[in-house]
Amino acid sequence: MSEIQIELEILRYDPEKDREPHFETYAVTCQDDWMVLDAINYVKDHLDTTLSYRWSCHMAVCGSCGMMIDGEPKLACKAPVSNYANQKARIEPLANFPIERDLVVVMDDFMDKLKRVKPFVIRKEEKPIEEGEYRQSPAELKKYKQFTLCINCLCCYAACPQYALIPEFIGPAALTMAHRYNQDSRDQGLAERHDEVAAPVGAWDCSFAGECSEVCPKHVDPAAALQQLKIATTVQWYKGLIGMGGK
Amino acid sequence: MAYVRPVSKTSWYLARRSYTVHMLQELTSIFVGMFALILLWGISAVAGGPDTYQAFLDSLRSPVMVVILWVSTVVMFYHAVAWFSVTPKAMPIQRGEEFVPAGIIAGAHYAAWFVVSLLVLLLAGVF
Repeated sequence: MSEIQIELEILRYDPEKDREPHFETYAVTCQDDWMVLDAINYVKDHLDTTLSYRWSCHMAVCGSCGMMIDGEPKLACKAPVSNYANQKARIEPLANFPIERDLVVVMDDFMDKLKRVKPFVIRKEEKPIEEGEYRQSPAELKKYKQFTLCINCLCCYAACPQYALIPEFIGPAALTMAHRYNQDSRDQGLAERHDEVAAPVGAWDCSFAGECSEVCPKHVDPAAALQQLKIATTVQWYKGLIGMGGK
Repeated sequence: MAYVRPVSKTSWYLARRSYTVHMLQELTSIFVGMFALILLWGISAVAGGPDTYQAFLDSLRSPVMVVILWVSTVVMFYHAVAWFSVTPKAMPIQRGEEFVPAGIIAGAHYAAWFVVSLLVLLLAGVF
């Protein structure tokens, strides 16, 4: 196994000391099969123990290590260091979020928005347990399955120009979750989600730049979900207009 | 206290190449709107009688208008292609378990575009 030299330019910010963030550079000798996360872990373990960042699973499942790598929102555990061999890799916290400390961002805004779209199966009336489970065909599952793969890594928000300009925009991941449950044959919560989804800061604030889908490490395609929501809310509006109940 | 990085309201679209391309696509709508206005102008000229319509046709032949119409045509083709290429995302069609391939959905839009264009040209007496 060969070695790779890279220089990590990491954005540092200590809210107790710094007025604004600054870059610090660390030279790291990596194994060629390392990911950028391994290199950051090396910095933390051997060069600077004060470095703060989030990570957990190291296998693109937990969604914790989303960060900007050379300006692109990526999971650090899925970004091979070999792509940055013998050069500088600029590591920054996810764009469009406030920086808590170093590479850690404040996620409260997203968590609030996610809660608002009610990302869970809503039933108008629950049937008793003895009547059995809510059955679903493979076709009904496939209708929304792609949208269940979101790991809330927030790379899509970091890539979204609309979220950067309009912080009130509910944004790609949360709206995709709304669509995921609206598409679920077991769900009856369309009306309950409608006001959030169809609001001016809901799906209609998306300008379809499509960057959310480009950067999504799980190929969820939030841009598709948001366009489908636009069509769905339009259909609901027309249904309301002709007295078919609408939302 | 958490640090909020500033975002430029005037030059954000230069931050990434894809943003710039996206904004260029958005700008094509200006030409689409402009062409629609010229069309409305033409319809109103038809309503005004033969002389008004002839004056409208003459003004379309001015060099400035020729340039505007050519640019609008090229830009509208780009607008249409960009639009059709994303239709499979916005309107997926599921048959049984599988989704209809994206190429078929986009292709159907191109086919409809072709047929409608042909009909308009037929009505206009081009053929």
